[in-house]
Amino acid sequence: MNAKGHDHAACGHVHHHETVPAVRPDATTLLSARNLGVVKSGRTLLSGIDLTLNPAEIVTLIGPNGAGKTTLVRALLGLEASVTGTIERRRGLVVGYVPQRFHVDQTMPLDVTRFLTLGQTISPAEVEATLQDVGAARVRHSQVANLSGGELQRVILARALLRKPDLLVLDEPARGVDHLGEADLYALISRLRDERGFGVLLVSHDLHIVMASADRVICINGHVCCSGRPDAVAGHPEYARLFGTDAARAFAVYTHHHDHDHDIAGAPVVKPVLLTTDRV
Amino acid sequence: MLEPFLLRALAAGVGVAVVAAPLGCIVVWRRLAYFGETIAQASLLGIAAGLALQTDLTVAVLVTACAVASLLIALGRQRLIPMDSLLGLLHHVALAGGIVATALLKGPAVDLVGYLFGDILSVTTGDLWWVYGGGAVVLAVLANLWRPLVRLSVHTDLAQAEGVPAERIRMAFIFLLAVAIALSMKIVGALLAIAFLIIPAIAARPLSTTPEQMALISSVIAAGSVGAGLWLSVLGDVPSGPAIVLVMAAMAGGSMIKSAYDQSKS
Repeated sequence: MNAKGHDHAACGHVHHHETVPAVRPDATTLLSARNLGVVKSGRTLLSGIDLTLNPAEIVTLIGPNGAGKTTLVRALLGLEASVTGTIERRRGLVVGYVPQRFHVDQTMPLDVTRFLTLGQTISPAEVEATLQDVGAARVRHSQVANLSGGELQRVILARALLRKPDLLVLDEPARGVDHLGEADLYALISRLRDERGFGVLLVSHDLHIVMASADRVICINGHVCCSGRPDAVAGHPEYARLFGTDAARAFAVYTHHHDHDHDIAGAPVVKPVLLTTDRV
Repeated sequence: MLEPFLLRALAAGVGVAVVAAPLGCIVVWRRLAYFGETIAQASLLGIAAGLALQTDLTVAVLVTACAVASLLIALGRQRLIPMDSLLGLLHHVALAGGIVATALLKGPAVDLVGYLFGDILSVTTGDLWWVYGGGAVVLAVLANLWRPLVRLSVHTDLAQAEGVPAERIRMAFIFLLAVAIALSMKIVGALLAIAFLIIPAIAARPLSTTPEQMALISSVIAAGSVGAGLWLSVLGDVPSGPAIVLVMAAMAGGSMIKSAYDQSKS
């Protein structure tokens, strides 16, 4: 990714909102924000953000470092203090959240199963099945404070899924997970979305996989730069300005092959031999 | 050997210990030790006020502790000074203010040592009512807040995003802490109150695998330390409160050494 080196004003002047329809949120809309802004210690981090999240739709938030992706997610979740504009949530909306930073202090004795069932009643079978899904069945009885970064991410995702969310909010969920494990993680989210119909708001700066699995991409840099279907955004001049022209091309051709794959727990899975012949 | 005053001391000490220990677990998890420290040391001001107004000292300390808790909650909203520095400053101010205020009081000299380190051997039956009645209320409220408190302790943002009313729960806990500290003041004193909160929790941590276990084990450790500390203080003719705290610290040291040993074996 070629995000560093672009200053904050990279897409400051031209506003492209054509793909964000200014419709009133209807009854099925999970969450909508209008003219959202966040100012922290005198600095404007976000302004004029319009956004709607719908059931069964994967919306990916991209943008350079410091663009305000995490701030936007936190504002939508009610975790930011000084927010202007309006945020409407569907009544009784259940949110599953995978925060960007997650650290459980060593002073807290807590095993994974208990963490997953904190504040919710869930059968052991369901816990087991969800841990299998995210590839973390091994750590079921481990203490949360002792997990590695990748294991922790999977466990938090498991908790978010076990909440049976209407909206799944994932802030760089694949941090600490290796590259191929990441592809599997997104495939899993995509599959569960198909099965359960929850909406997904995903933050990432890995453009390749994310762009490929999103229904809608919103590119922000303090404000919405451009948004729409992944291919439309990838071809957008604002996108090229923020990420460089290489990124746009890379997105189109994320098709190279490996002679082996990794399952979601990171264990190598050898692919059929015929695929290895078309390695570049 | 068990004279009535010793029995009352034991009962009061165990009562305070059993209430303070689970609260102390939350204090350790949520890093509120300085918060507790400031409230505890400010209670000396409550003693001074109670003596000046000739009201019941426990009531005076309760009111003061809750007033200080409100002040700290309000100060927690400012961003000018980091909260730990501010609390580090305030708990000294509270202590100094309390000592100056008691010195200014007319009448017989105030037994400062008793208020700073507690006077568990002079506990009256009336004190026991406060400890057990108030303690039961504190534990009942804590039981109600326990689940959200644990969720906030695990990860505040996650709990809040999932709908836990973080600010309300946090404020409720700080007032609960203030009440518990006020109730323990006569027995453990302004300087040692925080020890009763956090040392048993630290001692229990290596021996626990769930939050509830830690709360329970810390209560048992605290109650045991009160018994052992009282016994040692009578035996060695040393002040009881500090003796109890030293026994607690020894338990914490022992449990940490044990856990280090277990880790090196595995």
